[in-house]
Amino acid sequence: MLPDPNSLAGPLDPAPEAGWSEAPPRMGFFTDTSVCIGCKACEVACKEWNDVPASGLDLLGMSYDNTGALTANSWRHVAFIEQPRPAGHRTPPFAGNPTDGTTSPSSAAVGATTANPVGTEPGVPPGSPEAAARMAAGPEFLGMPGAQPPGRATGPESRSDFRWLMMSDVCKHCTHAACLDVCPTGSLFRTEFGTVVVQEDICNGCGYCISACPYGVIDRRKDDGRAWKCTLCYDRIGVGKTPACAQACPTESIQYGPLEELRERAAARVATLHERGVPEARLYGHDPADGVGGDGAFFLLLDEPEVYGLPPDPVVTTRDLPKMWKRAGLAALAVAAAAVAAFVGGSS
Amino acid sequence: MSSEHPPVGDRFRRFRDRLDGGLSGQPAGQTDAGVTSTPGRRGGRRRGGGEELRVPEAEFTSYYGRPVLKPPVWDWAIAAYLFSGGLAAGSSLLAAGGQLTGRPALRRAGRVTALAAVAASTGFLIEDLGRPARFHHMLRVAKLTSPMSVGTWILAAFGPAAGVAAVAEAASLLPERGLPGLARRALPPIGQAAGLAAAATAPALATYTAVLLSDTAVPSWHEAYRELPFLFAGSALASGAAVGLIGAPPEQAAPARRMAVAGAALELAAAHRTETRLGLLSEPYRSGRPGRLMSAARALTLAGTAGALVGRRSRVVSAISGAALLAASLATRFGVFHAGVASSRDARYTVVPQRERLERRRQAAAGTGD
Repeated sequence: MLPDPNSLAGPLDPAPEAGWSEAPPRMGFFTDTSVCIGCKACEVACKEWNDVPASGLDLLGMSYDNTGALTANSWRHVAFIEQPRPAGHRTPPFAGNPTDGTTSPSSAAVGATTANPVGTEPGVPPGSPEAAARMAAGPEFLGMPGAQPPGRATGPESRSDFRWLMMSDVCKHCTHAACLDVCPTGSLFRTEFGTVVVQEDICNGCGYCISACPYGVIDRRKDDGRAWKCTLCYDRIGVGKTPACAQACPTESIQYGPLEELRERAAARVATLHERGVPEARLYGHDPADGVGGDGAFFLLLDEPEVYGLPPDPVVTTRDLPKMWKRAGLAALAVAAAAVAAFVGGSS
Repeated sequence: MSSEHPPVGDRFRRFRDRLDGGLSGQPAGQTDAGVTSTPGRRGGRRRGGGEELRVPEAEFTSYYGRPVLKPPVWDWAIAAYLFSGGLAAGSSLLAAGGQLTGRPALRRAGRVTALAAVAASTGFLIEDLGRPARFHHMLRVAKLTSPMSVGTWILAAFGPAAGVAAVAEAASLLPERGLPGLARRALPPIGQAAGLAAAATAPALATYTAVLLSDTAVPSWHEAYRELPFLFAGSALASGAAVGLIGAPPEQAAPARRMAVAGAALELAAAHRTETRLGLLSEPYRSGRPGRLMSAARALTLAGTAGALVGRRSRVVSAISGAALLAASLATRFGVFHAGVASSRDARYTVVPQRERLERRRQAAAGTGD
């Protein structure tokens, strides 16, 4: 059987491509960040159900985000972004008041230089102080509260329009999953639901998936040396249950279901938000024609993806693999030719 | 895990101390530069002379300045493997050439080095696993989409062949009579066959490691996929040639000298392209520690090649030149390795090129729409 011309990139139904016959419909998450309240119930439910180890407790200086990033020990991560602008769909309560930051860019710069030792590698590595300071001080971004939480100071002159973006991030379960493509042991596999799961009894911790993921999701535990990530609760969905995070979400920000249905629902939700005066609402990862063939877990965002720490245009690295092998083949020929020429040519 | 975790609030207290201390952790003005920078300002040029200054940043948005990607978990062992794998490939080619053209010194040095290097390679690769005892899980599957799986099988073919060829070199040490005498007569032909088998696999071993790095989301590795195979090919040839320069008398080392020139030319050209043709993503190859390593590699390659040509009658000069070429290959591999790691640690290298790609696509769409 010839491989699908889209087997490395392009629109595709991944489960049949992986060899599943009579696969059930592809399942996924639609995370609507416009109704996320930042309660972190998803993070807790995921840890509880999947027995994910604790990742320590400390304050990162990143608003109410003290998780920092998706890691082997945090399979859901709620991001918090504070912005000095009205939350579009209602009357700005402080219209006319100053909207410049009450926060200190220097505190953001210091905060970015701290790593978070969550028991995994690379875990939550430190970031760039300049970029963090710019996020905190720019005309658009308050960034983090620094020593003073927002709203602590009193008096009308200290008030400003303010919106809080919250987003529960998770493994994207890509149509073209680089982690799965590059796994040299077959530990990562495609389930009948089109999701991507690590088999912990196979993984030998080579770390290739970690470098390959365009979203920086998968990560390795220090104590056991293996890679871990969201399984989309393979054990639950196999018996018709909803994944723990979606089950726990009190606002239905996290929705679980057949991907086709979720995509329709998401398109309708964006249309509704646009109608209500939230023109910045946009979908992320919903398009089967994007660089990873569409995500099994996609999002409704209220700002650019990189504001939430997501890559703006991710591409599965294996899309270019045929070209890479060709270049390597040419280089190998050059090696052989050079060696032959060195021994055949001349007699000095 | 809990034992190594600091007490609750520890990081916040340190954070507060550093704020009170007026950002003692950073040079004054550094954050100001980030704050006051105007949109549209582009970085990219290094200021000053020898001392590395931070390049002014291209404008981009990030989540608290944190990297988008997870930096590779691979440590020095993988960079060392890039070198030792290339050395094994280069020296087995040298050995095969010596074998076929009747230069026993080249053959012997090449075979012994190939075995030592491939053994070290295997050690490095296993050492770097999170679960070293499960290294054999690599042999469960053969996947073309996983360069690491392809490399496993290349090593599985190369290693035993190189091993047998090297062991055959010990034939002359065996007594001439009895069972050892039989082995003494049987080993050389077996060694010839094994040496040729190893050399046949060597070009693949020398170049697949470039795909291993490029087939990742690491920006400066991925975008260098056109250049890295040739860079690694040149580096492998030069290091193999170095073994001949060190291990063989000058009258047998002529092919090694020619191999050194070819390898050095390939390495220098490919390195130059890597450092200049990738736009923003070339920057990690030129700045900081990777930049210093790449510069050192260039200087050592030039010195080693020149020494090999000028000192063609001197065993000592040849050996020193060989050592310079080996050091150059090592520096190249560590330079490339650390440049990629640096590019994955900074959100700028992830976000800016992707933003530019989106912008180009938007403009192209607008252009066709008119």
